[in-house]
Amino acid sequence: MCRLAAITSNDYFSPMEAILALETMKEGHDGSGLGLTLKDLGGEFEKLKQYPILSGVGSKKGIEMLDNYMKRKGFKLIHNWSPSLHPVKGIQAREYYFARAYDVPGSCAERKFADCEDMLMKTRLELRALGEPDQSLFVYSFYPDVLTIKEVGDPLDVGRFFGLDSGKITSRICLAQGRQNTNYAIYLYACHPFFLQGYCTMTNGENTAFVPIREYLSGRGFPGYMGYNSDSEVFAHILHYTVRQLGMPLRYYKDVITPLMKESEIAQRSDADALRLMRQSLRPLCIDGPNCVIGFTPDGTCFMTQDAKKLRPGVVGGVKGKYALMSEECGVDSAIPQRDRSTDIFPMKYDFVTISPRAQEVKIWNQLQG
Amino acid sequence: MEPAAGVTLDNNHRLTPKELQYIIRWNSDRCKRCGRCTAACPVKAIEPTVRVQRMTFSEGPIPKPGAQRRVVHAISQVTDPERACVGCATCTLVCPNEAIEPELNERNKLLHYKNKGGDGYKRGGRRNDPSISVLDRLKFTRISMLTDPALDAGRHEFRVRSLLGRVLPPEELPLKAVDGKLIVDSAADKFIPPVREIFPIMIGSMSVGALSPPMWEGLAMGVAYLNEVEGLPVVMASGEGGMPPRLLRSRYLKYFIIQIASGYFGWDEIVRALPHMVEDPAAIEIKYGQGAKPGDGGLLMAQKVLKLISGIRGVPQFVDLASPPTHQTKYSIEEAVAKMIQSMSMAWGFRVPVYPKISGTKTARAVLNNLARNPYAAALSIDGEDGGTGAAYNVSMDKMGHPIASNLRECYLDLVKQGKQNELPLIAAGGVGKRGNLAANAAALIMLGASVVSIGKYIMQAAADCFGDEHNRCNLCNTGKCPRGITTQDPKLYRRLDADKVALRTVEVFKAANVELKKIFAPMGRSTELPIGMSDGLSIDDKAMAERLGITYAC
Repeated sequence: MCRLAAITSNDYFSPMEAILALETMKEGHDGSGLGLTLKDLGGEFEKLKQYPILSGVGSKKGIEMLDNYMKRKGFKLIHNWSPSLHPVKGIQAREYYFARAYDVPGSCAERKFADCEDMLMKTRLELRALGEPDQSLFVYSFYPDVLTIKEVGDPLDVGRFFGLDSGKITSRICLAQGRQNTNYAIYLYACHPFFLQGYCTMTNGENTAFVPIREYLSGRGFPGYMGYNSDSEVFAHILHYTVRQLGMPLRYYKDVITPLMKESEIAQRSDADALRLMRQSLRPLCIDGPNCVIGFTPDGTCFMTQDAKKLRPGVVGGVKGKYALMSEECGVDSAIPQRDRSTDIFPMKYDFVTISPRAQEVKIWNQLQG
Repeated sequence: MEPAAGVTLDNNHRLTPKELQYIIRWNSDRCKRCGRCTAACPVKAIEPTVRVQRMTFSEGPIPKPGAQRRVVHAISQVTDPERACVGCATCTLVCPNEAIEPELNERNKLLHYKNKGGDGYKRGGRRNDPSISVLDRLKFTRISMLTDPALDAGRHEFRVRSLLGRVLPPEELPLKAVDGKLIVDSAADKFIPPVREIFPIMIGSMSVGALSPPMWEGLAMGVAYLNEVEGLPVVMASGEGGMPPRLLRSRYLKYFIIQIASGYFGWDEIVRALPHMVEDPAAIEIKYGQGAKPGDGGLLMAQKVLKLISGIRGVPQFVDLASPPTHQTKYSIEEAVAKMIQSMSMAWGFRVPVYPKISGTKTARAVLNNLARNPYAAALSIDGEDGGTGAAYNVSMDKMGHPIASNLRECYLDLVKQGKQNELPLIAAGGVGKRGNLAANAAALIMLGASVVSIGKYIMQAAADCFGDEHNRCNLCNTGKCPRGITTQDPKLYRRLDADKVALRTVEVFKAANVELKKIFAPMGRSTELPIGMSDGLSIDDKAMAERLGITYAC
């Protein structure tokens, strides 16, 4: 089972805080990878919030291909972050890790943001298609104010390898996942968190309904619903589909992935009629667990929810201005030791916990009380 | 050649029992000559006879064997192919001394002779292929253990339910968000097709007429009990030939799918009952084909058209009731499918799902794609070659038709390509439970893409002890002489069947299937929704089959 550590804060913090939280949950894990997605960036990216950042890794050939492609498409490189690597035993360094801010051709400000998002996604997918066959280039995200880092290895080692303890890279939201490889190959594109157009999730556990969900999403005609090197990628795409594509309020994500099973439960909801229709039409997106899902949305809201059997651990705790969403309580202890532990929240099968942007307010929404 | 005039023929012109499919094994020593077997035999394959027999005997205190020729009573097997033993073993059942039983003769030549009068061999039953079907070769190989905990079939909540009816794609749902809450937007004036939530195994179409009154009633009572008492929403299709008028006007109608086929039998009564219906039926099934006899219409032989049946169907007694192979008023797929679906929908105010049933065929995808574009089409039912029938030519049953597994799979994958796999449910039938593995066969079809699985022969065997099997045993459904009283309208025969017991067995069968489905889904980590299309859970021990079905090969 993978380890999950997310922190949302009013102030910028180092991703190392989340990695250290992962470290407290290390016992028994093989450390088969670390994935980090940072949102609302500080440090050297603080002044570049309007520019999309392309995150990835590539070989010399891959970087040349990337440069040529971006130049041809009219993207202008504004800023390039390339971590200074610190050799760590067990991590085989790839040639060029990067996070690059680009000025978009024709400026995003002049068109609808959704169109701009589509253009950025299309660019990322084309780059992925170019670099994936010979694995010369991996690109994880291309979006304003979002940075993604992934590598195979023990999370703490990976953090040190990238020099994340230097404090140069900071953010207000950090999702960190310490991978415990199970059924799928150790592959960078299989590494959580998964990000699509502002929506991001990471998960522990295995998704037993993966194949039908993948087939359903693939049939939606949306080019971003692809990849699926991990069964957990569908959680991010379901979130994107529910909120962005169908325009449903965030909490309905819970009703999509774990719909109420009994008519008696549905009937007590004030939106019962809508739920009944949703349960039929969105039936293929129902997950069967066991999964704890942690994610964020474009506005900076973070959430945690569980599968309908509540078979995975998950806890939310913190103080106003800083909250941690972790798969184990020792991780919360590490990230926010000063909190009142009695207020920790352990979301159960019906719960959907959201934390507003900048960690101002925690809300527990119970699915039975909608 | 000169006839052998004036010469008494010996027996050389007759067939021997070895040419027949079943050979009667009769034990003279055990037989007490009561005559029950010959009276009960539905095809008169055995008859009492006398023969002269040389017997050795000894009388007196000292053994002194002597021979004597005596006339004895015996049972002899008739070798006329028209009266060939069908292996039903009714004789064995009625024999008080276990003196008689039929034995399967694998080397028989029955089909060489079964065409008397220039007509082909007609029978009821199913394809005579006793080999292990693809459904029975499919294995569930994705077992959750450590990376994802297996569920507990007895402890966790399970929802073994499916949807029957056209499901709107999420993009077309008439929903709008108001104050963070979704409401149904009535101003959108969007047609929301009717959808029924049902148990994923249903009883397929078998008509009043094909089935005897206690059999049909027994099934119907069982289905009503399952719904009302057990909370299992099992539905049953009527078959062509209408339904008992009182049932049409009852609140139980909601558990029944009414079938309309090319003969429109029974529809006078149904249309007359329409204004008096207090509930809508579960669905309307338009039959275009049947897996057991693709390309054939329905057929109820004259001997089964007694008073009750003639009344329900609105026809004279004792006439063959043949439904044509196609709907005679329709000349194209647009006419046959689109207009008929719309007409039937309109009859119930668009409150009832209407779907066509076709026989398994290479052309199923063409029908499917037509339906996928028709917003009123509620499902597609595909009946594979291993389906059953009350009456058909043997050649149709044995040689015509398409296996259900690959036919269903290609249809499902076609829907996947279009992203419509949740919009148009597929109902799969034909050979489900052939070897008794009802839940396993059903689960396998569901994982290949079926939303609902339909059974016929299985429930006749399980609920009413039908003798029929894939060795051509019995299969007398067409003759009106069903020795079990299942497919006959003769009161002397159907009084052998107790409708209450059929109902009880029906309930037991579905309750057990519900438990077994959970036992399959639980270790695969599925409980909340039916694992439709979860093909990663399946494997088969044949590479070509694995490739054709898009699943893994395991050995």
